[in-house]
Amino acid sequence: MTAPGVDGAVREQRPVAERRLHPVTPLRRAWAPVAVLIGWAVHDPDQAQRQLTRLTTTTLLIALAVLVPAAALYGFLTWWFTHFAVTDTELRIRTGLVFRRTAHIRLERIQAIDVTQPLLARVAGVSKLKLDVIGTDKKDELAFLGAEEARALRAELLARAAGFAPETAHEVGEAPSHQLLRVPPAVLAVSLVLTGATWGTLAAAVVVPAILWLVTESPWTVLATAVPLFGAAGASSVGRFVTEYDWTVGESPDGLRLDHGLLDRAHETVPPGRVQTVRIVEPLLWRRRGWVRVELDVAGSSNSVLLPVAPREVAESVIARVLPGVTVPTRASLARPPRRAGRCMPLWWRGYGLAVTDAVFAARIGLFRRSLALVPHAKVQSVRLTQGPWQRVWGVADVHVDTGANKTVTARLRDAGEAAELLRGQAERSRTGRKGARPDRWMA
Amino acid sequence: METGSPGNTGTAGDEQAGAEHAGAEPGWTGLPPGLLRMRRLLLVVWLGLLTIGLAVLLNLFAGPAWAAFALLPLALMAWGWVMLGRNWRSWRYAERADDLLISRGVLWREETVVPYGRMQLVEVTSGPVERHFGLASVQLHTAAAATDATIPGLDPAEAERLRDRLTELGEARSAGL
Repeated sequence: MTAPGVDGAVREQRPVAERRLHPVTPLRRAWAPVAVLIGWAVHDPDQAQRQLTRLTTTTLLIALAVLVPAAALYGFLTWWFTHFAVTDTELRIRTGLVFRRTAHIRLERIQAIDVTQPLLARVAGVSKLKLDVIGTDKKDELAFLGAEEARALRAELLARAAGFAPETAHEVGEAPSHQLLRVPPAVLAVSLVLTGATWGTLAAAVVVPAILWLVTESPWTVLATAVPLFGAAGASSVGRFVTEYDWTVGESPDGLRLDHGLLDRAHETVPPGRVQTVRIVEPLLWRRRGWVRVELDVAGSSNSVLLPVAPREVAESVIARVLPGVTVPTRASLARPPRRAGRCMPLWWRGYGLAVTDAVFAARIGLFRRSLALVPHAKVQSVRLTQGPWQRVWGVADVHVDTGANKTVTARLRDAGEAAELLRGQAERSRTGRKGARPDRWMA
Repeated sequence: METGSPGNTGTAGDEQAGAEHAGAEPGWTGLPPGLLRMRRLLLVVWLGLLTIGLAVLLNLFAGPAWAAFALLPLALMAWGWVMLGRNWRSWRYAERADDLLISRGVLWREETVVPYGRMQLVEVTSGPVERHFGLASVQLHTAAAATDATIPGLDPAEAERLRDRLTELGEARSAGL
């Protein structure tokens, strides 16, 4: 911050410039009435047919003459009454025709910024911009902005959030980023083929309707179950391929950049120190190839994937960039629960493991599909110890670590004494772990 | 650290704490007996009404022998009476230098540690029944929704003191996300 007198004068002179969204925005609501009609027709085809035959050309024309201008007017008015402005400390979004709503989003609280381009928006050359702050919802995204404008706005917001002086923030421009990793499409495709869930849903989509056909012989029941099942199978294979296509992880002074998507492009920026949890997931069939999937949790963000598929060493080096000073504990360093834990959880207890290093609390679960969750000590919000009656008999207890992204990481079935020690120690570590953390304004 | 609070009336809780953590964990505070009184009274009232209603109905429609089944809620009441006592005794909390400890549960035990710096909000609530019995609960919120840190059945003055103290400590050590 500069001298308060000068700064104040400048601020008063320079009224906050309010801006409108891109003029194609009204069109995005134009298809809503059409979708309602189609939905109704699909839901009740007989009724729809009857109503359609009763329609004459005149009534149809009258309906169109009323509906189309009404929808256009609504779209235009919502666009006209939506403004946004970037001030020194916040992003303000003012919307609402009848019910006014103003959202003030504080820039230093930004957890991530997403710029997304759905397929049609790519054609039109516009994109959506969303600030992830705890508590924001769908209404708080800026849809749509011109593609260039969105990039410029993201750069400006990041510069202001990083702590650059407000006067220069819009001149800082986009921080240079260098690519850490790009997932080749072939690897992604193979990894999805090797995923059990894909085959499971596909098998269910074939078997369940077949059985239903044998039992009921009613084509409608079969269709009603087959369509959603195939939809789920498609979403878990083709859908994932499409969203995770061309997954690129980059690093910049503004933090992590994730770009991905075949049809809908998404560009996310996670500023430094915002990652709450990192999970390394290793499905059974990927083990021979040494591949892992890395997931991350950022408070208020909907995205949870850091790397859809990557060799373990590469993934570990990326994690070292995301969580500075963290090394992923090796399998040997993960302590298993005591043998008697098998009385509480037969067989699966072997999959549990725990390691506490100077920087992270790491807990593993899963026997076939191994998942190792890492929580930096600085991100721990509270620590809980729970012990049920059967666990008490065998002298074991669970330790839960709660993080700000509403995710809880659990070290299961630890020895009761060890768990009590862990509870005390973890509270201490989570308190002191904060001291070395970078400030919220990462460039300040 | 001044842990011996004025509202420290939970003798049973202290006894248990003394037995389990002799000197290791200073400053456990139990809950005042008001909460136990309220819960037991509610138990007796509701199950008492049920017993009477059941006895009358069975007597009218099924005969006096069947009315003996009305003793079932009575047995439930006796069991609940004991259970409520055990549960109440298990609740205790400790204000340590840097975090708040809450321990509870008999069969399903749970112990929660919340560092003061992580508290986002401290809430004191008191429903109509609780108010009638002169009780209030203190609830702590952190940025994690899973954090379940509630201390029920406190004396309102003690609840307010705790709230003020926690807020003060939270401000001094605030760390955010």
